[in-house]
Amino acid sequence: MPNHQLNPKKWIERYSDYLFNYTITRVNDREIAKDILQDTFFAGLKSMKNFKGEATERTWLISILKRKIIDYYRKINSKKGQAEVRMTYNTDENEGDWLEERVEDEGYLNAEEILENSELGDAIYNCLDKLPEKQATVFKMKTILNYETETICNELNITASNLWVIIHRARIAMAECMEKNWFKS
Amino acid sequence: MSRSFLISKEEAFHICDKSQYRESTLWEKVKLSFRYLWCRTTRLYVNRNTKLTKTLKSSKLECLHYSERKLIEDRLNEQLKNEM
Repeated sequence: MPNHQLNPKKWIERYSDYLFNYTITRVNDREIAKDILQDTFFAGLKSMKNFKGEATERTWLISILKRKIIDYYRKINSKKGQAEVRMTYNTDENEGDWLEERVEDEGYLNAEEILENSELGDAIYNCLDKLPEKQATVFKMKTILNYETETICNELNITASNLWVIIHRARIAMAECMEKNWFKS
Repeated sequence: MSRSFLISKEEAFHICDKSQYRESTLWEKVKLSFRYLWCRTTRLYVNRNTKLTKTLKSSKLECLHYSERKLIEDRLNEQLKNEM
């Protein structure tokens, strides 16, 4: 049985984007997703001694993250419930209304959308993981974060023609990888 | 005129890449379209590249900005020092 190791110094580089995307598709708020991500890493540090090496580092971090997301929903649901009880659950005629108001919330994705987005997100991040680090960084900045070419060039100290060569290689590798792992399945 | 209208395969790929980010000019698109008509390799590349763009867009993928990532990294390193 493989004995996986933890390396917290590499967590940000290896998993931060993947875990952030996983979180934001579920909580729909960038600031909250960042807080949950940070809490997950901190909780991971505290639980390192409990890691048995049976799961991969990423799987282990995801299991912590899932608990953090559940905790977040428990917390807001209890707060929201209390607030709505105070506002609407105060007469006999309104009895029970607040519960339905809590359930109907258009801001959240439905289970099917979450699953589909999450599977596609996994496939893309798995392909991104296979790119050389610099290619992955440039590709993410240009394609996911939609940075201007000039901004990336200044940030990474590369020329525009250099950037387009990197993007070209990254796109070929990504298209091939997605062809194998997503379009064919 | 006709010379500048004809572009190499490499130039077609480059224009196609730029088009995925809306950074190609109208004239470049015309040149690419012309090559697309008769060059099978260009057609394959353009179709594949466009499919990748559509998939990435539909995924609504998010990732951390450089500054956000750096902030979490600094906090994690600080925490790591305290844990050790």
